Amino acid sequence: MTLIAKRKNHGGMRQAFKLFGIMLLMACPAAFPVSAAETPLTKASFIPLWSPQSQFAGYYMAFEKGFYARHGIDLTILAGGPGHSSTESLLNGKADFAVLWLVTALKQHAAGQRVVNVAQISQRSAMMLVARKTSGIRTPENMNGKKVGVWSGDLALPVQAFFTKHHVNARKIPQSYTVNLFLRGGVDVVSAMWYNEYHTILNTGINPEELSVFHLYDYGLNFPEDGVYMMETAYKKNPALAAAFAKASFEGWQYAFDHPEEALSVVIRYMREAKVPSNLTHQRWMLARMKDLIMPDGRKMPTGKLSDKDFQTVADSLLHQGLIVKTPDYGTFTGDTHAENR
Amino acid sequence: MPKTDNLQTTGTVINWRHRIAVRLIGVFVMFSVLIFGATLGYNYYQARAMITDKLEVTARHLVTAAAGRVETVITSVTCQTESMARSLETFPYSKPQLLDYINASVLAHPDVFGSAVAFDSSPDSRFHGPYAPYFYRTPEGTGYLDLTQSYDYSTQDWFQIPRELEKTEWSEPYFDEGGGNALMATCSVPFYETNDGQKRFSGIVTADVSLKRLTDIVSSIKVLKTGYGFLLSRNGTFLAHPRQDIIMNESIFSIAEMRDSLGLRGMGRQMTAGESGFIPYKTLSGVDSWMYYAPIRPVGWTLAVIFPKDELFADIRTLTLTMAFMGLGGLLLLTLVIVLIARSITTPIRALAQATGKIAEGDFEAPLPETRSKDEVGGLTRDFRVMRDSLKDHIKQLTETTAARERMESELQIAHDIQMSILPKIFPPFPTRDEFDLFALILPAKEVGGDFYDFFQISESRLCFVVGDVSGKGVPAALFMAVTKTLIKSFAREKGDVTPEAILTHVNEELASENDACMFVTLFCGMLDTKTGEIQYANAGHNPPLLIKENGDVTWLPRAKSLMAGPMPGVQYQREQLVLSPGDCLFLYTDGVTEAMNHDDALFSDQRLETDLAALSGLGIRDAIQQIMDSILRFADGAPQSDDITMMMIRYSGVGE
Repeated sequence: MTLIAKRKNHGGMRQAFKLFGIMLLMACPAAFPVSAAETPLTKASFIPLWSPQSQFAGYYMAFEKGFYARHGIDLTILAGGPGHSSTESLLNGKADFAVLWLVTALKQHAAGQRVVNVAQISQRSAMMLVARKTSGIRTPENMNGKKVGVWSGDLALPVQAFFTKHHVNARKIPQSYTVNLFLRGGVDVVSAMWYNEYHTILNTGINPEELSVFHLYDYGLNFPEDGVYMMETAYKKNPALAAAFAKASFEGWQYAFDHPEEALSVVIRYMREAKVPSNLTHQRWMLARMKDLIMPDGRKMPTGKLSDKDFQTVADSLLHQGLIVKTPDYGTFTGDTHAENR
Repeated sequence: MPKTDNLQTTGTVINWRHRIAVRLIGVFVMFSVLIFGATLGYNYYQARAMITDKLEVTARHLVTAAAGRVETVITSVTCQTESMARSLETFPYSKPQLLDYINASVLAHPDVFGSAVAFDSSPDSRFHGPYAPYFYRTPEGTGYLDLTQSYDYSTQDWFQIPRELEKTEWSEPYFDEGGGNALMATCSVPFYETNDGQKRFSGIVTADVSLKRLTDIVSSIKVLKTGYGFLLSRNGTFLAHPRQDIIMNESIFSIAEMRDSLGLRGMGRQMTAGESGFIPYKTLSGVDSWMYYAPIRPVGWTLAVIFPKDELFADIRTLTLTMAFMGLGGLLLLTLVIVLIARSITTPIRALAQATGKIAEGDFEAPLPETRSKDEVGGLTRDFRVMRDSLKDHIKQLTETTAARERMESELQIAHDIQMSILPKIFPPFPTRDEFDLFALILPAKEVGGDFYDFFQISESRLCFVVGDVSGKGVPAALFMAVTKTLIKSFAREKGDVTPEAILTHVNEELASENDACMFVTLFCGMLDTKTGEIQYANAGHNPPLLIKENGDVTWLPRAKSLMAGPMPGVQYQREQLVLSPGDCLFLYTDGVTEAMNHDDALFSDQRLETDLAALSGLGIRDAIQQIMDSILRFADGAPQSDDITMMMIRYSGVGE
């Protein structure tokens, strides 16, 4: 553990280059069969929010199947994960496209870092709070005075909104990337993503019926998470590139949902290459949940659209928490204004 | 000798399924297989149970020993780290002293890869903010690093969990690139400072341990050919397993989810709950096995050892198979012996059966099989020979007896024919005489009987007529009848002027004088004066005749007053008389008529005779007698008659003008 940290600092760049190389090699054969050969492909880079996992299966599949190339993009996928903040990469120009949470994007936008929502991939919040039933927690109010694991940074915002809404005064404990603190009994409630930590908890042998589960979505706090963002300046220059990227990504997601086993094998390969522990059943769970989040209510297609309502909910919450002073213009935030201008 | 289908079947063809040898083999082999199979099966399962029982003990020892070796390392690292924590609580180390101390502790313990002391990051902590010096092994000695430069350690599991739980904690194992990509785990111990009796969290002491030595202990467990050991973390993740690809990637629960096995999930929950047990388990490659698992307590890991059932029970299976083959050989041998024994029994029986068949067909000269054995079959053959010989003799005797009897019967028939032939059969007997007519008929019974009749002229105007019935049947009766008839006729002829009572008296004397057999005869002797129609008669115990007047009236003559002739001498018979008017008839008969029986043993009876006769007036005597006979036969309706039936009728016509 201690050394991981040390290595992270020194090995990060090297790993990124390695992955970059692999990506290029993989991208080349995919570029040839496409019809866009008359017009030269536009070079672009993309950084996922985190290390490879099924959360990003759609982008990987679009890349593997040559969907980006078909839409005229010569894409490079940058390594995400610890030490590779997608926000920073987008702001400092290392990445043209990045996966950001809506709260993050809104905060950046409000702070003057004008990012544009190219596509809202997740339509539903996967954020949840999980407690052992033995701790006596059955309702949000039961969390009063309890130790609750909360992620740092923007990941804490939906949980804070939940506490505010239900007037919960909990002891917030900073939460790491694992759920071990919860498993060992260090906290009573743990923050979890439905597609990730929740399944990790189940796969340490705790049965669902032994847990009290609070989906924030069920409590009127739908903070849709993963969206694809671009800097406004870049977007203004080439909105068609943004549209092409969004389109190719949707196709990738659609393909991944239609061919889950193929998508999983690609995800696992990416994980091995990135040297992160890979577990097929976990990734299968994650892909299935991503489907639920991207196409909720049994939809057949990803919409990719940020709903006005969700936008307002998140913006209001940020305003309320004093994290932004003014709600950005929806049209500007989603790039619709610029597109119309053209 | 009659020849029947049944006997023929017995003597020749027997369905193979019914053969004694086949049935013996069937029954013996079936029962042998049952008994042998049951014994073998019991033996096999008992042996398995014994091995399994022993295995549990062996497995417990094996796992306990291995777990003990792992625990030793864990405990010693825990002890050192905890003593560091206590030491930090006691002494106010300066920074250089602290660094020396950490460095020395890394070098002091061969299993410790690195060690850190991470202080609480609050400003009022020991060094006024985050400070986490870390020493780790390098090929040259040790390296140093302040972890604050790497990350915010305050949210790391190794820091946070023991802080929150306020006790020593071992982290979930992790891969560390710096440690040669080895599997590592960290022991973290919280330490505190006490100010004015207030205990305040001060920081965490850690020791990183490479798990290679520990996983090697587990990997070195080899059971039989393919048995192995594996190690699970508290979260159920595989830390050691022969399959490298699942280490740290899969947990017992992810495997359960992959297999969709709630059973395995339940098993995993027991294993990670710190229990120990001995349970059946299917390995990742699907091998049925036994598993013993036990916790490694200080860290909450689980050590399990797999014993493949196939290999455990391979010896018993081989033994059982060998025994089964031996048993099979024994069965074949048994079958052969049964065939031989059965053949030694059935061969003579079959020969005997064939001979019996021939004898049944009547061939008494058919050879019987030679018997050498003294067993039941030999005895049977000898007895059968005796039976055959007796049968032969008996049949010979029977044949002779039958011949004798047939001869006798034919002689008797001749005697009967002769007897009948001595009765006058020509009717009308005196065709030249118009003044009377006479007709007689005898229907002999099956056996030779003693009825007779006779009539003859004594002079021109006197006709003597007799009807008699000798007691008894057969030759003696026939002879007695012949003697009686001859006596009567000769006496009547000899004395020209003779009366019926004289005849009977004389005959009685003659018969009685030499009658040792005490035979007797009933006689009715009459004499008709053809000129006057007067009849003189005497009756020796005979049935009274009937007088049929011309007008059809029927009257019985008086009953006999005298005894039958023959039993005793000196009897004087009385003469009686009656006169026939022209047209009158006299009807004489023996008791064969009135005592003729039908199938219901009813008698023809006097009454019926009288009625029938009354209905016949006007007919000729021949027709009349014929009608009565028909009436009797109709009445008897085919029932065999035991007595001769004899009838005689005399009609007096009177002297013509």
